Amino acid sequence: MNDILQGLSQAAQLVITGDADLVEITALSLQVSLGATVIASVIGLPLGAWLAVNRFRARRFVIALLNAFMGLPPVVVGLIVYVLFSRSGPFGVLGLLFTPTAMVIAQVIIITPIIASVAHQAIRELWADYHDLLISLNATRGQRIRTLLWDGRRALMTASLAGFGRAIGEVGAIMIVGGNIDHATRVLTTAIALETGKGEFGMALALGFVLIAVAVLVNLGVHFLSRTERGSRW
Amino acid sequence: MVSSILPLKIEAVTVRRGGRQILGPIDWVLDGQGLTILMGPNGSGKTTFLRVMHGLERVGRGQIAWNAAAGDVRARQAFVFQTPIMMRRSVLDSIAYPLLLDGVARQKAMTEAEALAAQMGLGGLLNQPAQAISGGEKQKLALARALIRAPDVLFLDEPCANLDGRATKEIERILTEVRAGGTRIVMSTHDIGQARRLADDILFLHHGRLIETGPKAAFFEAPKTPEATAHLNGDLIP
Repeated sequence: MNDILQGLSQAAQLVITGDADLVEITALSLQVSLGATVIASVIGLPLGAWLAVNRFRARRFVIALLNAFMGLPPVVVGLIVYVLFSRSGPFGVLGLLFTPTAMVIAQVIIITPIIASVAHQAIRELWADYHDLLISLNATRGQRIRTLLWDGRRALMTASLAGFGRAIGEVGAIMIVGGNIDHATRVLTTAIALETGKGEFGMALALGFVLIAVAVLVNLGVHFLSRTERGSRW
Repeated sequence: MVSSILPLKIEAVTVRRGGRQILGPIDWVLDGQGLTILMGPNGSGKTTFLRVMHGLERVGRGQIAWNAAAGDVRARQAFVFQTPIMMRRSVLDSIAYPLLLDGVARQKAMTEAEALAAQMGLGGLLNQPAQAISGGEKQKLALARALIRAPDVLFLDEPCANLDGRATKEIERILTEVRAGGTRIVMSTHDIGQARRLADDILFLHHGRLIETGPKAAFFEAPKTPEATAHLNGDLIP
């Protein structure tokens, strides 16, 4: 209990004093996770909508695969990305290993199935509502998908936020591909792992509380900006 | 002058669902002007027949032929569903939506939608969410959305089924104006009074078959089939 109270007090102290290291790793955490969320949303949202609207032979299999990939073990993803981008790997020439870019790539792989799967579920329900209308109005396949993405934007935002939640709290993959290098690839989760390893539970808890606060603030910020709780107006 | 997409020729059309034939075989030609009412008891195939004509239902056998190319046909006919499908958009955006699909500039589409909304008595609701307006207003919105493209043919599936007398009167007023404007209307209803008020001619369906057709006066004064007679008398039809 003492550790938790000490962590809370240390967290408050770090935030109030504007600790330079904390600001740096928090900023990098946000940069990596938000970047990965944006890229995964650009891929996952249309993919989810496309799967909801189109009928093809392997559709059920693709959806099952997507749902299965929601549970991809981050450590395995990290390992695969590591192998691909290591000096002897096929993309080694790019020199991306132990950079924030590699961390973004790993997170995109982890959260794209989550975003696509949640989006697919939301769009499937909307498509059931809109199906006859959009067919009747002679909307093209592209127009149907664009309409569903736009009209389902609130549910899709939830899909993206679910992806962000997974990304910001992820540690296994980015530890492997980022290396937790001070002033280069250290983010909140890897810093927590490091402090815990050193036995600095107070500091680890402090960073943990900051991480929770960041995740909550980003969610609140997105909800506020998109006015999701003010449903009476469009 | 763009030629009409009519006549619509329906030849020996059948629809099967779940291994059972639920419609047809039906032969009929939709042509000319006016308002045709589809009547018949529940399950007689009214909705399916409307959907077949509009192209929403897959046909088992037979042929449906419009007097125009397939792409042209869809854009020049419209459908109003019994339960109006409301988009997650404002009233104004919902009415303008078909024009935006056609590639009309947003500003122009909005101006046209606003004018039509005013005409339909929806002028005060433009920025309201479409899903939050009353049942009668939703049906008027669905009608406005169907009419914004100025279709040659308008199909309506029991558009007043869940409306009170006042809302029904409003819809009927709009339909009378639309018919006067030259749009060919085909609509189903259970309301015999409404059929008497609006119809030019009647189609009577029973067990998926078109068993009686003719002008309104002849149908109501001297129905030819016992089923139509029973229906008009308010009797239950087996």
